[in-house]
Amino acid sequence: MNFDLYGFGPALLAGTWMTIKLALSALSLGLVLGLLGALAKTSPYKPLQWLGGTYSTIVRGIPELLWVLLIYFGTVQLMRNLADLLGIESLELSAFAAGTIALGICFGAYATEVFRGAILAIPKGHREAGQALGLSKPRIFWRLILPQMWRIALPGLGNLFMILMKDTALVSVIGLEEIMRRSQIAVTSSKEPFTFFLVAAFIYLGLTVLAMIGLHFLEKRSSRGFVRSAG
Amino acid sequence: MNWEVIIKWLPRLAEGAMLTLELVAIAVVAGLILAIPMGIARASRHWYVRALPYGYIFFFRGTPLLVQLFLVYYGLAQFDAIRQGPLWPYLRSPYWCAILTMTLHTAAYIAEILRGAIQAVPQGEVEAARALGMSRAQTMFYIILPRAARIGLPAYSNEVILMLKASSLASTVTLLELTGMARTIIARTYLPVEIFFAAGMFYLLIAFILVRGFRVLERWLRVDACQGR
Repeated sequence: MNFDLYGFGPALLAGTWMTIKLALSALSLGLVLGLLGALAKTSPYKPLQWLGGTYSTIVRGIPELLWVLLIYFGTVQLMRNLADLLGIESLELSAFAAGTIALGICFGAYATEVFRGAILAIPKGHREAGQALGLSKPRIFWRLILPQMWRIALPGLGNLFMILMKDTALVSVIGLEEIMRRSQIAVTSSKEPFTFFLVAAFIYLGLTVLAMIGLHFLEKRSSRGFVRSAG
Repeated sequence: MNWEVIIKWLPRLAEGAMLTLELVAIAVVAGLILAIPMGIARASRHWYVRALPYGYIFFFRGTPLLVQLFLVYYGLAQFDAIRQGPLWPYLRSPYWCAILTMTLHTAAYIAEILRGAIQAVPQGEVEAARALGMSRAQTMFYIILPRAARIGLPAYSNEVILMLKASSLASTVTLLELTGMARTIIARTYLPVEIFFAAGMFYLLIAFILVRGFRVLERWLRVDACQGR
């Protein structure tokens, strides 16, 4: 083992930063998609229910790696058509954008179920109370349902975020320079695959631990005023 | 959508799907066998028994499968002792590396499921078994494990589906399973959307069959009849 990592330390650090950026942007996209999916699934309209259900079922049944590859390689023709339409020379999805979209879609599909559970867990009386006070439907959702959903959905979302963070490694397959890609580059020149992949593994472990600590505080904050029920 | 191409390459994709099924089947069965002692140790009352499986589970659940796969497939070659060792013919082949990594990976998750299931067995039933004069080992084998198997089965079926999806990573170490086969075909036809779509349908189909199969197994083991407390 060589502890100065042959000067690849800064490169790995840059890769870590890229991983964090990717995870956070996929998280933002996924939260929006998940919320929309859950709203569609719990809505009284049949077509919307069907749409939400199909989205979460199909996306969850297909591997994340396939989504990453599909979004990256599958949109080339689409982007070309779009470029022709807009009259731009060339238009293509960067590896970062493709990774964000693919991982966001996958996160959203699982988050749909988590959010749906949270919406259903809110007592009906709260919604009725809002109606009795004359609040409009969107207002009831924003001011009454959403703030309470957050607390119930947080543990589930936390688990999903940990999975998302590990899935960011898949985006190295399409060449995004995150931790895995940087370690692969380091391996080609140092010829020490075990060392560098082990370092990568420990970086991921560190990120997981950080996320766990962050989640612990978020959960503590969001459950202020609630007694933790036993069992 | 070019359907003719999809139909033309369907047999090759089915070939890939067979390898996917093979990888998943071996991994989840071997993982389960490995996980049983680990899960029992993880549910132990003594901290020194708990510590080792905890470390194992922490590492395998905290790092991406891709890293683990690369550690085994590319990483092990760094050591001369392994390259000269008797296991090298196996550790050199992507097939065995993928199976080894997936087994170790899923074993960590299954052990955690098993720990949860063992701890969810009602205390009264354990005490009843002890009161009937069963030894600790007998209680474990005749009462706790059969009960825990039923409690943990739904979670285990989830894990199998997750492994089905995780098996697509084997394509990164040159294995021609479903995803790898799809990528190979795309390299020849330049039709990513059609072929990935077809591969995705294969995954959905397999997942659907697995879900159905586990539902039958749950009915056969009468899982719902054991839920009443």
